[in-house]
Amino acid sequence: MLTALTVLLCCQLAGEFAARVLGLPIPGPVLGMLLLFTFLAGRLRAVEPVREPAYALVRHLSLLFVPAGVGLIRHTGRLRAELLPILIALLISTAATVAVTALVFQLVARAGKGER
Amino acid sequence: MGRVERIWVYLSATPLLWLAATLLAYEAGSWVFRRAGGRPLANPVPIAVAILILLLRATGTPYETYFEGAQFVHFLLGPATVALAVPLYQNRDQVRQALVPMMTALVAGSATAILSAVLLARWLGASSETLKSIAPKSATTPIAMAVSEQLGGLPSLTAAFVIATGIIGAVIVTPVLDALRIRDWRGRGFSAGVAAHGLGTARAFQVNELAGTFAGIGLALNGIATAVLVPILFRWVR
Repeated sequence: MLTALTVLLCCQLAGEFAARVLGLPIPGPVLGMLLLFTFLAGRLRAVEPVREPAYALVRHLSLLFVPAGVGLIRHTGRLRAELLPILIALLISTAATVAVTALVFQLVARAGKGER
Repeated sequence: MGRVERIWVYLSATPLLWLAATLLAYEAGSWVFRRAGGRPLANPVPIAVAILILLLRATGTPYETYFEGAQFVHFLLGPATVALAVPLYQNRDQVRQALVPMMTALVAGSATAILSAVLLARWLGASSETLKSIAPKSATTPIAMAVSEQLGGLPSLTAAFVIATGIIGAVIVTPVLDALRIRDWRGRGFSAGVAAHGLGTARAFQVNELAGTFAGIGLALNGIATAVLVPILFRWVR
């Protein structure tokens, strides 16, 4: 567990460092994820203990968004004033994005299978 | 000052109280979720958020005080994002085979997310600040905030839109995909990550590991796509 946390934090740190040094618009943790992926693909023994704890963390991913969610409380003024436009726009736009993404994925995946 | 009040004053100033409250509220949300048979409408996040907001309101606690405790949970978002590399590695063959459908769906989905939000909000009479702040709403928070700032929006308002989008997405992805009869876990997960970033990914992992893996890729890729597309598309629709 401790080794896993060390590996995860070091990858994140390296990611944050790289994002700033290279001036990339990608968040540090995302670069850290790519770095850890590279280590796993390279069969680096030192990162092996990360596997099980990584799944434990990912399983509770929802919990980690609760503090940011409570942050909605700071915007009640504007959210109330423009409640309807905001709520409808977010609801329809999110549903449309899910639908378009999934349909295009399915269409292209099936077309690719047909060719083979 | 009474004894109970003294204890309250002491406890409310330590991070312990609101950290424990966050975990308890989430446990309560998870309990409701399980009792509802895992129905997406009973997602534990909005339930926990609602409980905590009511508690903060009732006790007159400012968000800053709350966050001193909750920051320990919030902090784990970084390491958890890094941890997504493990399922990504485990399912790497499936991912490699789906590169073309993913990239095509990413461009279509990311453009839909930006254009539909801005056009709908404008049509419904939202303010110009809201329009700028809502454009990157499907991207993960740090990217969305940076994009919003660059556009002249309010980064903190964008953070609120991002989290609201995530909660909405986590609740609606399953019914929307079921209605469209999409059964492929890869496409289901990917669309959840593109539309609703980390919360969509968390929801996908609740259902299926392969879906969760593809959601994680969708979240990472749409962060980048949003950063590239918003400045182009926003100028175009304004």
